[in-house]
Amino acid sequence: MSQSVASGKKQAKQAKQAAHRPTSPHLEIWRWHPTMAVSIFHRASGMALAGALIGLLVWIIAVLAGDPHYSIVNELIGGIAGKVILFLATLAFFFHAANGIRHLVWDMGFGFAPKTANGSAWFVMIIAVCANLVLWRDWFFY
Amino acid sequence: MVELSLPRESQVKKGKTWPKPAGVKKTRTFRIYRFDPDTGANPRWDIYHVDVSAVRPMVLDALIWIKDNIDPGLTFRRSCREGVCGSCAMNIGGRNTLACTKGWREFGDVITISPLPHMPVVKDLVPDLSNFYAQYQSIEPWLHTDSPAPPGEWAQSPADREKLDGLYECILCACCSTSCPSYWWNGDKYLGPAVLLQAYRWLTDSRDEATGQRLDHLEDPFRLYRCHTIMNCAQVCPKGLNPAKAIAEIKKMMVERQI
Repeated sequence: MSQSVASGKKQAKQAKQAAHRPTSPHLEIWRWHPTMAVSIFHRASGMALAGALIGLLVWIIAVLAGDPHYSIVNELIGGIAGKVILFLATLAFFFHAANGIRHLVWDMGFGFAPKTANGSAWFVMIIAVCANLVLWRDWFFY
Repeated sequence: MVELSLPRESQVKKGKTWPKPAGVKKTRTFRIYRFDPDTGANPRWDIYHVDVSAVRPMVLDALIWIKDNIDPGLTFRRSCREGVCGSCAMNIGGRNTLACTKGWREFGDVITISPLPHMPVVKDLVPDLSNFYAQYQSIEPWLHTDSPAPPGEWAQSPADREKLDGLYECILCACCSTSCPSYWWNGDKYLGPAVLLQAYRWLTDSRDEATGQRLDHLEDPFRLYRCHTIMNCAQVCPKGLNPAKAIAEIKKMMVERQI
């Protein structure tokens, strides 16, 4: 009898503790691999491109609306803030496209060895930056 | 659900710095996650100084040395001390691995050790793996057959047996599943790398006759398709297996059976 009361108390204590278990640290302690970074960049660039698409639509609508709407939008894009945003948008485009091809290769079942995946992660990052610099060369090297 | 930072009661506070062992020249610093369920206080980082001349090469040796010589209360799981049981899986220096097969000399002056990430902590370095085991059970990890049992064992050609290489070695230590951000945010619904690798181990077994039902069970936006090829699983597997590849093979089977 006393034994079962004791075990009942123990069970209640365990249940109470189980309900209050802390979550162990994750992001704050994790040491990143290139693959993890590229994965989150892929999602971020995808979201950025969705935003950029709205910007593109605004510009097309402005073209259709004609002046003065067109010149206002054009001035915004031509300004320094507009150019920075456009620069980041094209970077997001090149990165998302390159990494999209990497995903297609994975979908076919290739490139899963950690070394290969790390290599392809660096590759798409470098390709995206280089392609964007080539596209924007006139602004950098004038 | 995505929660980038820990809830208030899980945040790790500054802990106790245990005194350096007396008369020791060279020490290595271990920063270890502590949680005491009896006080219910927030977890903390405790600092231990380990005598490098006294301790053998593996991180598990250092943990046992701390338990023997500094703090008998330090709690962790361990059994085989040779990488076949998977008990001592934990996060060491920011990556999940087995304490018994990871050398402490591979790290810098301070070695940080915490439980497997984003898991409910029972005590110190001991996570609650109930959900992980329940998910393993859900894929019915045993041979399913309809044909009458053969007089001897279920035969398999050497070529078919080779298909299980890289899968059967899994020791279910949970290093991969708890390394996966997708599993961190959706561990209640996403099966995670370890369980999916095990699922593929049965899908690709030439003797198993339940391939269709097994695929039906996995055909789900969460169970299988929360894998976004982040690749942490393959990066950390202490047995050098590749759950990401196994998951990709399952996804391919899903497509192939529709053609």
